[in-house]
Amino acid sequence: MDEILEILEKDARASAQEIAKMTGKSAKSVSEAIKKYEKQGVILKYKTIINKESLKVNHKIVRALIEVSVTPQKNLGFDFLAERIYKFPEVKSCYLVSGTFDLLLVIEGRDIQTVASFVAEKLAPMEHVRATVTHFLLKKYKEDGDILKGKSENRRIAISY
Amino acid sequence: MKEEKIKISRIVEEIPPSGIRAFFDLVLGMEDVISLGVGEPDFITPWNIREAGIYSLEQGQTSYTSNKGMMKLRLAISRHIKNNYNVSFDPDSEILVTTGVSEGIDLSMRALVEKGDVVLIPTPSYVAYGPLARLAGANARVIKTKFSDGFKLKPQMIDEACDARTKAIVLNYPTNPTGVSYTKKELEGLIKVIKKRNLIVISDEVYSELSFDFKHTPLVTLPLMRERTVYLNGFSKGFAMTGWRVGYACGPKEVIAAMTKIHQYSMLCAPITGQLAAVEALENSKDAVSEMNREYRRRREYVFSGLNELGLKCSRPQGAFYIFPSIEISGLTCDKFAKALLEKERVAVVPGLAFGEGLEKFVRISYASELADLKEALSRISNFLKKIKNR
Repeated sequence: MDEILEILEKDARASAQEIAKMTGKSAKSVSEAIKKYEKQGVILKYKTIINKESLKVNHKIVRALIEVSVTPQKNLGFDFLAERIYKFPEVKSCYLVSGTFDLLLVIEGRDIQTVASFVAEKLAPMEHVRATVTHFLLKKYKEDGDILKGKSENRRIAISY
Repeated sequence: MKEEKIKISRIVEEIPPSGIRAFFDLVLGMEDVISLGVGEPDFITPWNIREAGIYSLEQGQTSYTSNKGMMKLRLAISRHIKNNYNVSFDPDSEILVTTGVSEGIDLSMRALVEKGDVVLIPTPSYVAYGPLARLAGANARVIKTKFSDGFKLKPQMIDEACDARTKAIVLNYPTNPTGVSYTKKELEGLIKVIKKRNLIVISDEVYSELSFDFKHTPLVTLPLMRERTVYLNGFSKGFAMTGWRVGYACGPKEVIAAMTKIHQYSMLCAPITGQLAAVEALENSKDAVSEMNREYRRRREYVFSGLNELGLKCSRPQGAFYIFPSIEISGLTCDKFAKALLEKERVAVVPGLAFGEGLEKFVRISYASELADLKEALSRISNFLKKIKNR
């Protein structure tokens, strides 16, 4: 992967100038490369990872993993059905997987009822959906490579040779 | 009653105390400091290595090991060197596992030099070589490399520093505190003189994993150098394992036997937990090591261009995680610069004088810190320089 992308993946706020300094390229060529990546859809968007576990609000969001077994359709395979499913805004992620079921979804809702009714009313009755298994997430430890815990303090001694 | 003072051995008394001890104490007593004075990685040891250490404790592996270190580790070291550099060391007689490279330096000095011998030490250099040479009874003779040469050692400098009593030279590359390293071609120039003068080399290559511009060339890979070199390396820097205290020495079997003799009495063996973790480090950490290497390289570029923009001239480091800028523009000597920078802007750097005589116009900056901290530190240094200018 291009070093520019590697840096941005870690810190989306790194400026073209800073990236230029880190890579020995000119700021101009870095911002041109970034623009190109944005245009090509290599860079989709810049997001912030928020540790929602640590938010002091009563209303936390509920997440569930849902296993979906489907009957693939002639000529369309899984893609057609997957598309019908992932277009729902409640579906945050949607993967086709190998194993005992076919689609793995990550669903988000205000509360358990919202998620449950999405599954019962939207997902399960859908034609070609054979079965669903819902796993509510109880606690998040690590997501996309980031450990959701306060930074541990630096234990190095301040000066050493 | 009058208390009688215990008399300390003369040789220890003669070693001058670190001139910047007071500065260190000042740093330690201060809050909110961004320290660029740290000589160790900011990364924590990769988890697979830590996990191997924990597992070994769960298994009750808490005993001494063989003096030379566990065979398993010596085999892994031998394979690692063979695979990376294509030199063979016999794990039975040519490799000794030490308690960090620090012990390796001490052992090689004590095994190789004695009263009347001279050891050459190119400066700026890591602080331990001179004192350890002196503790072994030898004289340390400094070779001052020049800022105008990018602090690179030149063959002629070695030649000029030699006399009949000169027995050994210490090489350390990539170098602490300058980040200087040597290409194969440059090393070939150096070894011509080293062979001509019949010198033994104590080659401290602990930063070998952190070579940014070219592949690191261990001295022992060059023709006829294996016979006259003690190759020291370890896990502290490249694998982020400073606190585990594991290093190794490879060399001619008579030298390793002599070093082992001292080691068996003074150290007995390197800590077993560290040895077992080190096996894991050599076998399964390629990705983690190269990931850290890439991160350091980015920081190097960032800090190098940042410092030059501020007018703190420096040559571009080729390895390790240090940069050694000239602070001439500030008009201050290194001690005053470091103290004022700490007090006014809360950034700690190490005064150049810690690394050799005549280096009062330099400081050592370590970029083994997160980029966000480096960014903040550079902006504080910029403020500091502006204030000096406006005074």
